[in-house]
Amino acid sequence: MNEQDPTHPGVEVAPTSQHGTAVSLDEGHVVGDGGLPQRFTNPGLPDHVARMADLDEGAARRAEKQVATLFGISIVGTLLFIVFYFAISLETTVFVPGIGVTSASNLALGITMAMGLLGIGFGAVHWAKTLMPDEEVVEERHPMRASDESRDRVVEQLRQGGTSSQITRRPMIKYTLGGALGLFAVPLVLQVAGSLGPMPQNSLSQTFWNGGPSGPGQDPTFTPLRLMRDPENTPVLAEDVTLGSVFHIMPEGLLPDAVTGEGGTPHLLEEKAKAAVLLIRLEEDLIQSQKQRDWGYFGIVAYSKICTHVGCPVGLYEQQTHHLLCPCHQSTFDVTQDCKVIFGPAKRALPQLQITVDDEGYLVSAAPFQEAVGPSFWERGSR
Amino acid sequence: MSTDTTPRPADTLREGDTPAEAPPSGAARRIGGVSGWVDDRTGAAKPVGYLMKKVFPDHWSFMLGEIAMYSMIICLLTGAFLTFWFVPSAGHTVYDGSYVPLRGVSMSEAFASTLNISFDIKGGLIVRQIHHWAALLFIVALVVHMFRVFFTGAFRKPREINWVIGSVLALLAIIEGFAGYSLPDDLLSGTGLRAMAGFVQTAPVIGSYLVFAIFGGPFPGEMIIPRLYSAHVLLIPALLIGLFTAHIGLVFVQKHTQFPGPGRTNDNVVGYPVMPVYAAKAGGFFFIVFGVIAAISALVQINPVWAYGPYDPSPVTAGAQPDWYMGFADGALRLLPGWLEFEIFGFTLSLNIMPGALILLPLVYIVLGAYPFVERWVTGDDREHHLLDRPRNNPVRTGIGMAGITMYSVLLFASGNDIMAIKLGMSINDLTWFFRIGFFVLPPIAFWVTKRICLSLQRRDRDTVLHGRETGTIVRTPDGKYFERHDTEATPDQWLLVQHESVAPLEIEAAVDENGVARKVKRGDRRRARLSRFYFADAVNPVTPAELAAAQHHGSEHEAIEPSLVGGVRAIEAAETDEVDSGEPAGRR
Repeated sequence: MNEQDPTHPGVEVAPTSQHGTAVSLDEGHVVGDGGLPQRFTNPGLPDHVARMADLDEGAARRAEKQVATLFGISIVGTLLFIVFYFAISLETTVFVPGIGVTSASNLALGITMAMGLLGIGFGAVHWAKTLMPDEEVVEERHPMRASDESRDRVVEQLRQGGTSSQITRRPMIKYTLGGALGLFAVPLVLQVAGSLGPMPQNSLSQTFWNGGPSGPGQDPTFTPLRLMRDPENTPVLAEDVTLGSVFHIMPEGLLPDAVTGEGGTPHLLEEKAKAAVLLIRLEEDLIQSQKQRDWGYFGIVAYSKICTHVGCPVGLYEQQTHHLLCPCHQSTFDVTQDCKVIFGPAKRALPQLQITVDDEGYLVSAAPFQEAVGPSFWERGSR
Repeated sequence: MSTDTTPRPADTLREGDTPAEAPPSGAARRIGGVSGWVDDRTGAAKPVGYLMKKVFPDHWSFMLGEIAMYSMIICLLTGAFLTFWFVPSAGHTVYDGSYVPLRGVSMSEAFASTLNISFDIKGGLIVRQIHHWAALLFIVALVVHMFRVFFTGAFRKPREINWVIGSVLALLAIIEGFAGYSLPDDLLSGTGLRAMAGFVQTAPVIGSYLVFAIFGGPFPGEMIIPRLYSAHVLLIPALLIGLFTAHIGLVFVQKHTQFPGPGRTNDNVVGYPVMPVYAAKAGGFFFIVFGVIAAISALVQINPVWAYGPYDPSPVTAGAQPDWYMGFADGALRLLPGWLEFEIFGFTLSLNIMPGALILLPLVYIVLGAYPFVERWVTGDDREHHLLDRPRNNPVRTGIGMAGITMYSVLLFASGNDIMAIKLGMSINDLTWFFRIGFFVLPPIAFWVTKRICLSLQRRDRDTVLHGRETGTIVRTPDGKYFERHDTEATPDQWLLVQHESVAPLEIEAAVDENGVARKVKRGDRRRARLSRFYFADAVNPVTPAELAAAQHHGSEHEAIEPSLVGGVRAIEAAETDEVDSGEPAGRR
């Protein structure tokens, strides 16, 4: 009973009556086909449904007017842009509910520009959807692969090229050409890679606290430096550091004069990026380690402000818990425990700066940082 | 297009008349003249004619790639404008422009010129805002476009090359974005660069040399702004445009994929020709994208650098975050625990930073780029695929995609853990732990849930086809029984539910051949069979005509017997056979 024409599937067929029970939804193939095709056949493109504008000239005219209106809005928007460009001064502000006070010029120019653009956009799309033909077109696809003849021709041409240029017969040419092509880019790469920047030398392991500028090749000798407020550039008296207070500190000689802008170190930002220090006063009995107490001055302790994770300034101090928090990746350091990491992605404690007071009562450094500040690097331990 | 229902005006043509051609207008003649002049010299008429009648299938999801393309063009346009005023220099200057709060503050020329663009150049702020918004939208659209291509299997042969190109484009786009938002040299972007220097510094062995090479000396130095500038306006855009041209060129050559549907096959493209419909729609859409970005830029402020101030390595703003597309890498850095840093023989290996900062970014795009080749190896499918998969019809692929998106989202949300902690009043430590655990736990859950949902949807599709297709025609048989008539022709809306192919896991050949001799099974084959089972073991396959026919007369053998023109005899035959040899497998008859 296989008389059903498999090339005309989809006609009504008699069921294969072998199945007494319902087909399980999960079931794969039914064994045998009883004359039915393996798969359903594509029913073909559905009939085209005419749109209003296809049937009714009135609807088409309405669509034409809508499109023209949208294009008209675009023209108006563009003209308004020109007017506002000249009419609105940059200082004018305007209050917009939900947004707040904003630049009138920015608002007006942006909105009119949007009008000019959206009018064209919506107009063109509306035109396409209402008036342009909406019958779908079928284009045939062909396999991407080129014909066998074409492929063979390419192979043959390559082979002939190889033979006629004699590269296959003259190995000296082949190998020297390979070598030359393999090497010709080396000068270019070397020029760029070799000249991009200087060698770091000791500069990642030293700071201005070592006694002065600490760039590559500079090897300052230690002198005690006063702790200066950043940005006022004034020294700090030990007695000014009250319990719970925090000071942003730079070494003496690094910052320019706060008023005149004179002086300071030539590579200001580079030195600041390593030398920044936080000065905090704790109750002495809160301090848990003897080293921390010894390196401080009656509960006043100084720590590098540069996070040991990736080098953001550890800017947030929580007075109640004595925690320092880095705003970039939330590494949390406990000042009472020698700034060890109590949470977050950093591994190492913030380095402590050993401080004391000079004979005038100002806080000064007693030694440079004993380890590299800031993020880790491979040879950090060997410097 | 039918005009039958329009009453015919008196002056229209009668049947069989040929319409009179209007003589070409003056403008048309001029255009024709110029085109002729160009064609005489280039022979462009042939390719142009071919392009104009090229067919593009229509679907809303195909516009995602268009949004990405248009946003990129808008970035190029506005970016070119910005170069007219931006000064790419870290040179020192004292601001004296019209933004009063920063007057007299010393800053870099890059930051001063950004302030200048924002406050002293008419329309400068709107161009700057459009540039930034378009960049954000570019990468959003690109990512969602990638989702569409992934979940519909559009990356399959012959489009693997284009998928790889697209992955590279996606990676370049976020690097381009990073270089761009670092240029103004404000406090936030400078902090971003500080972190970047920190990442690079942790690279094993070469880290400190690398960071000095990139910054031309100690961080921050004065070289990084001009270098980022040349990368941002020259190097990366050149690569982006080149690869993009190849990307779009391959779409033309390979013709766009299409969703399955009535009349759509693997061997055709059904859609609208470029001229005029697609040109109007796609061209109009460019203006819509541009217009929407302009409106957003007018209404929503982005990156107010004047509020952050110039870069200084010592202060920092709370809630420091990169642009969204860098968020996943930033989130990874927040989640990696500190104990992953090790000291080995006096050298420091920072595995708490490197995986998130230096490895994750390329790794994500390598895994993405490699996926089509993995799937092709598993399925062993060497055919060209131009019809898209409905995501439910490949539950494992869809599940893998969702697991990937979940993993990415965990990292992305983790980069906002501080903001979330504040807004939700939660402990940042708890949130971080939630994300740390979630990174490992949530993706498998997402995979499993997605796969189950896909399988359920497939079962529902089967259910609809098997039981939801009554014709509504009640027929009485000669012996007085009634039944409802069914037919196996898939209606256009049901075609979608049955069009896809049946799948089954690959079987490895038996370890012992028919003579009982042991056969070597390659380890690769075994792995492949295992993966194939992973993909297809519990596949739900589409209803076949036989299953449909069987389902239509379940319960009673006689219910569905409807003699058709061809099958008049057959039906009776069937009824008779039924009595004689019921129970015999159908295939034997």
